[in-house]
Amino acid sequence: MAVTRAIRRSVSRAGRDDLRVNAAFVEKVLTGFIADETRRAGARRVVIGLSGGVDSALAACLARRALGPRGVVAVMMPYRLSHPSSVKDARELARRLGIRVELHDISPMVDAYFTGDPRATRLRRGNKMARERMSILYDRSMVHDALVLGTSNKTELLLGYGTIHGDMASSLNPVGDLYKTQVRQMAVHLEVPLAIRRKTPSADLWPDQTDEGELGFSYADVDRLLYLLVDQRYSRRAVLDQGWPRAMVDRVIRRIVRSQYKRRLPLIAKLSERTVGVDFRYPRDWGS
Amino acid sequence: MRTRRATRPIQPSRTKVVLAQIAPALGDLDRNLALHLEEIRRAVRAGADLIVFPELSLTGYLLQDLVSECGQQIGTSPYLQQLARASRQIAIVAGFVEQSPGILHHNSAGCFLGGRLVHVHRKVYLPTYAMFDEGRYFAAGEVFRTFQAPWGRTGILICEDFWHLSSSYLLAQEGMEVLIVVSNSPSQGLDASDPPVKQGSWMQLAGVVAQFFTCFVIYVNRAGYEEGWSFGGGSCAVDPSGRTLVQAAFFESDRVNAALEPPLLRKARTAYPVLRDEKLDLVRRELERIAAARYDG
Repeated sequence: MAVTRAIRRSVSRAGRDDLRVNAAFVEKVLTGFIADETRRAGARRVVIGLSGGVDSALAACLARRALGPRGVVAVMMPYRLSHPSSVKDARELARRLGIRVELHDISPMVDAYFTGDPRATRLRRGNKMARERMSILYDRSMVHDALVLGTSNKTELLLGYGTIHGDMASSLNPVGDLYKTQVRQMAVHLEVPLAIRRKTPSADLWPDQTDEGELGFSYADVDRLLYLLVDQRYSRRAVLDQGWPRAMVDRVIRRIVRSQYKRRLPLIAKLSERTVGVDFRYPRDWGS
Repeated sequence: MRTRRATRPIQPSRTKVVLAQIAPALGDLDRNLALHLEEIRRAVRAGADLIVFPELSLTGYLLQDLVSECGQQIGTSPYLQQLARASRQIAIVAGFVEQSPGILHHNSAGCFLGGRLVHVHRKVYLPTYAMFDEGRYFAAGEVFRTFQAPWGRTGILICEDFWHLSSSYLLAQEGMEVLIVVSNSPSQGLDASDPPVKQGSWMQLAGVVAQFFTCFVIYVNRAGYEEGWSFGGGSCAVDPSGRTLVQAAFFESDRVNAALEPPLLRKARTAYPVLRDEKLDLVRRELERIAAARYDG
């Protein structure tokens, strides 16, 4: 990508190591988080939509360490156009982890819905698939006395690269404060199979879809830019002065702003003296 | 605030302190009291003289609207009375939501000694920025005071108080020999460092303050999770020369012991008499001048 080359040339001051994490501490915090919050919710296990990608693979490895093999149920939910390797790699990971797997083909439900609407866009079909999967995960969570474990990483959350009430929905998200680059580092640490780690990131909603193709920049680059803008609180001017391309900076900032609604609960029109989420403020972990 | 000087004589020998790095349940005072009493029993069996619990150890941290429902009135609270009773066997420092007359709520830490609550510190600096929202729920304390304990003259600070050097400075000028810092410090910041970013900062501050004021520093943080926050643990005790006596685990409940040996204080204060040489009157004059100039515009 031309953008990538330009950035590599001009941005030399932002250390390449900025995004590295202490993997042992991160593992300890995240496994503790999964174990503790699952217990507090009164659930016995977690269900994870295992896509064959690195984010859900990492979440599954963490959950396996936190809750043991019987504490995790992996759910594979392919659509008829999903890449064949998705199910194969997910199944192989589940086998290695010794966790239970379920397969639910979402093609009949999705195709039935769009039967009368053949001109529906790819985006609408992709959103429908993501929400179909969410709907299945929440149903399976009741069957297994489980919580739904989320797999959206920090890059996706900040860029709004996900479907609201679809893949962005979950009860607990252990990987939501890790950039994609950091997810990859953790995946190495937790020995996620190479076939999954080497794969080109994709939502796999239509053939040949890739995250980086859709976004227009690589995760390696955008993660460093997001790290400067969000974590290091750099202004737009400061990152431009560092040599980041204006078009990319503005595109990223616009995405963050426009997707803020996806990261919040619905707005409630305030009427009474005490309104849920406004001035009725109690912790979710109340009494646990 | 009811405080009372301890009547027990100064203990000439070492004081054994337990740093109780617990993970309280959020808003469940009964469960937390039981957790305290269990830790206290264990410390008594181990022959400890003092046990220190973290900030808000009776309630947990992210209380939000539960603050007003968790408030305890000194003198009538059954929870505080139980801790006072337990302190006949061992001195106890614990944190709670204090409801003062006038229905103000404070983030307070008390020292229970010989069957009584002998000292209460109300958190002065309530962090209300970034991930913190304490100023929304709590009223700020207005004083820093030391109190006499069997192990020496003692000051208590709560979390953010410790990040203002003037807090420790004032306590030191009043004769503090032992500084007890209790916190609910969450993990914040992600990089490759070991110890983790935030916990490393706390350890550095404890070492620096111990050396600045040649006093023991006992720092007790909590562990566990609330609302996705992970509390970092890493409690530690530092001697008056800045040497770490003990260090608890990160990100998990733990229980470690430290011994406060009087010769360590004597050695540091003899070798580095910085407190003796402090020019309190100069500081006062200069502060008055700076404050006057600031308000004169």
